Amino acid sequence: MNDLDEFDQKLLLALTQDANLSAGALGRQLGLSQPATWRRIKRLQDSGVIAGRRLDLDREKLGFGVTVFLGIKLATRGRVSLDDFERAVSAIPEVQTVEHVLGMYDYRLRVTARDIADFERVLRRRVMTLPGVGDVEANVLLSEERRPGPLG
Amino acid sequence: MLDNLDRRILRNLQSDPAQSIPDLGDRLGVSNSRLTRRLDKLRETGVLRGQQAVINWRALGYAVEVSLRVTLDKTQTRAFDDFIEAARGIPEVIEIQTFLGRVDVRLSVIARDMAHYQQIYRAGILTLPHIADIEALMHVARIKSDEGLPL
Repeated sequence: MNDLDEFDQKLLLALTQDANLSAGALGRQLGLSQPATWRRIKRLQDSGVIAGRRLDLDREKLGFGVTVFLGIKLATRGRVSLDDFERAVSAIPEVQTVEHVLGMYDYRLRVTARDIADFERVLRRRVMTLPGVGDVEANVLLSEERRPGPLG
Repeated sequence: MLDNLDRRILRNLQSDPAQSIPDLGDRLGVSNSRLTRRLDKLRETGVLRGQQAVINWRALGYAVEVSLRVTLDKTQTRAFDDFIEAARGIPEVIEIQTFLGRVDVRLSVIARDMAHYQQIYRAGILTLPHIADIEALMHVARIKSDEGLPL
């Protein structure tokens, strides 16, 4: 679905800021009727352009003060099963995202923890003990900003 | 502070943010009015900030995603500010993160195909100020992406 018109783009942009906006409210902003707006949103959902929703929680208020990105290289010795690694890493509750990448690392993980000591526990007890883990690089997240991308 | 019910509410909402209040109430065995009061309180205290739609850029024809790990020339005092300001001007940059570690800044860049990526890389990324080094990780697959907190 590449044929987004100007209204679709504006709808998408508005929903990436607040997914709870009603079709009526969005329609008023864009000068479209409520049913027409609803149909457009439905089409964006059905075609998979809107993949879902993300709950925006204040991590720090919930006690998760640290986010660390890990680059993981799998050990080359003793053939490792990617499936086994992916299953095991996805099961760690503190691991929020797992991406398979090409380059100097094989996987990129986003890990959340209460503080640095808690992160060390997750790293030593859960990540370093995963099947096939080789080299690990850690970078502590300081800030992040999501951009509207080509919609903006 | 949060009690057990708050945590259960957030945990359930995290796994399915679009569910209605009556559905969520049924699942948790809590009346709608009690649930609504709890949600209001979570919003007032700023714990629950809202919900955002997640875009699948692949469905929009952006088949390529690259993670660019940038090291900046830190002898320039404005390196971070200048770099980030300029990176915001590239439409295909969908995420900007700063780090403490070997990497200073990471950009998520999307492109329609490799030719398009090469064009963005040459005309956009390489012209950004104060770059000392860039490494690229090409995105193959997303194995887990819920970004949920272990509540």
